[in-house]
Amino acid sequence: MVQHESPTVFAPWEDPEQKPLIRFIDVTKRFGDFTAIENLNLDIYEREFFALLGPSGCGKTTLMRMLAGFEAPTEGTILLDGADIAPVPPNRRAVNMMFQSYALFPHLTVEQNIAFGLKRSKMTKGEIADRVLEMLRLVRLEPFARRKPHQISGGQRQRVALARSLAKAPRLLLLDEPLGALDKKLRQETQFELMDIQEKTGTTFVIVTHDQEEAMTVASRVAVMDHGRLVQVATPDGIYENPNSLYVADFIGEVNIFRGHARALGDNRYEFTWAEGKAPFTAVSERDDIPASGPCSLAIRPEKIAITAERPEGALNAVEGTVLDIAYLGSTSTYHVQLAEGPVIKAQTANNRRISRRSFNWDDRVWLSFTETAGILLPGHE
Amino acid sequence: MNLRRTLLIALPYAWLLALFLVPFGIVLKISLSDMALAIPPYVPTLDITAGWAGLKEFFSQLDFENFVFLTEDDLYWRAYLSSLKIATLSTLITLLVGFPIAYGMSRASDAWRPTLMMLVILPFWTSFLIRVYSWMGILSQQGLLNQFLLWTGLISEPLTILNTNVAVYIGIVYTYLPFMILPIYASLEKLDESLLEAAEDLGCSRLQAFWLVTVPLSRAGVIAGCFLVFIPAIGEFVIPSVLGGSRTLMIGKVLWEEFFSNRDWPVASAVAVVLLLILVVPIILFQRNQQRQREQEQ
Repeated sequence: MVQHESPTVFAPWEDPEQKPLIRFIDVTKRFGDFTAIENLNLDIYEREFFALLGPSGCGKTTLMRMLAGFEAPTEGTILLDGADIAPVPPNRRAVNMMFQSYALFPHLTVEQNIAFGLKRSKMTKGEIADRVLEMLRLVRLEPFARRKPHQISGGQRQRVALARSLAKAPRLLLLDEPLGALDKKLRQETQFELMDIQEKTGTTFVIVTHDQEEAMTVASRVAVMDHGRLVQVATPDGIYENPNSLYVADFIGEVNIFRGHARALGDNRYEFTWAEGKAPFTAVSERDDIPASGPCSLAIRPEKIAITAERPEGALNAVEGTVLDIAYLGSTSTYHVQLAEGPVIKAQTANNRRISRRSFNWDDRVWLSFTETAGILLPGHE
Repeated sequence: MNLRRTLLIALPYAWLLALFLVPFGIVLKISLSDMALAIPPYVPTLDITAGWAGLKEFFSQLDFENFVFLTEDDLYWRAYLSSLKIATLSTLITLLVGFPIAYGMSRASDAWRPTLMMLVILPFWTSFLIRVYSWMGILSQQGLLNQFLLWTGLISEPLTILNTNVAVYIGIVYTYLPFMILPIYASLEKLDESLLEAAEDLGCSRLQAFWLVTVPLSRAGVIAGCFLVFIPAIGEFVIPSVLGGSRTLMIGKVLWEEFFSNRDWPVASAVAVVLLLILVVPIILFQRNQQRQREQEQ
């Protein structure tokens, strides 16, 4: 969690004195009739690791390609260091990109690939050789310098692509689904490596991904996109704990959603009626857009729901159901519990006991309970 | 299982043996024989009934006289050199014309590509001979080209193109252009668009990206296309004899004249064997290029 009281925490977006490295001002991008980006405003700060997250076709790649210079905004301006980048062609921008396919030059060796961009600059041969070696060290590929891209593994190719895009020490590095082609284990290792390299080089990273776990792991801030608009821009924990809409709550991680009616009880507390004849839930929300009385939704993460055999003493919010299914995930299990009222609720518990001794089984009657601060109350049903 | 594999391998070898090696053996044998007024027009011929003595007699009469003769008359080596020159130059021209066409095809939208491909292949649907003859109608003094140029006022006198080396170049470039375009197109089509974007991203201008990425990556296609044009162009006979003049010297034409006008089969065979020896070098280089490309794709 970001600790706001600590002064060492990196959070330039909360400091009004800070000047953003990149500014999108009312940017719209259309391809014919199709609007890829709609009236978007966004600030990205220096040294940030910024993730653009969304389903395919949400406009995240278009946004990145506009930064690289391969697309020009239809309307609005993009500022880099306070200067409009529209007239600057891609080969003159202090922005480099790591392509999803890596786009390594197959006819050049690893070394020559990394040196490719440096040779276009005014560096001398010796400087280029030093920089290439530095980059090879950074991504731990010195033994493979003379190999061609088809002679190394997928993970190594990914690192060559990273080294090549970092070689020119860009102000901004764009990463388009950088880990998409790697298998899960390698991907997780590489995520930490990426963060490490980002910290070491102090470069601002903008990463495009559709993998929410990846975005949460690496990013300082995450922008959730949908249909060319930014739905929410916040820190990973902010996105997870305080989603600003059902879309974000649903997109990031697993969530149970109750649709019902909220009535203010005062003091930020609300009574949430979700099924006729059932005791209403109590929820706390600091949002100011919850209606005093009106349709609302309550989103609760599975890990915030406790599962017990008996109704817990003094629990404010508790419902009874039958275990329908158990998804065993090794370290945790997710219980799918069928409520008498219809919905199936997911509750997650840590498997701190051997599986043969677990407390609940299929068709057991169980009680689900959660505290009044566990759920997120959101206005409306959509 | 084993028998099937043997059979599978034996079949192409039997094919090569019957259709390449045996005919070549016959040609080689004739090239070592002497001309004679007989049917067939050369001696010796193998008399199997004479047994071992006949075979010995047969081999004792073979000699390299005809090959020596080829070095004595400068017609032959001038014809070889002239063929090499014409083939090399027309391969270069074909490359200069073919590369932009292949490049344009590979950049065209997906909807257009099959049509463009069709246009390249379409000439093959008409007989090669008819296509070469129709160039006579275009290039002659009263031909379409001269009439058009006279009409535009660019020239006042009709140009003499037909029956010159220029007409031969035009004919070869026209005929073999598809063989240049198709392999280059195949290598350009595979080119990943993001490679060019990456080059631009790393500081290249469009032209630099073309030189540093597109050209090297289409090299295998360019080499394949050049060989596919160069190898048949060296031995080309129809185009120089239909479009070329009396002064056009190409080895294919010499071969034809030795064979049909002089009825000197042994010398004609010797010319053919030397031509094959000349062509073996580029053919081996071509094979090596193909193999390297295959290895790289793996």
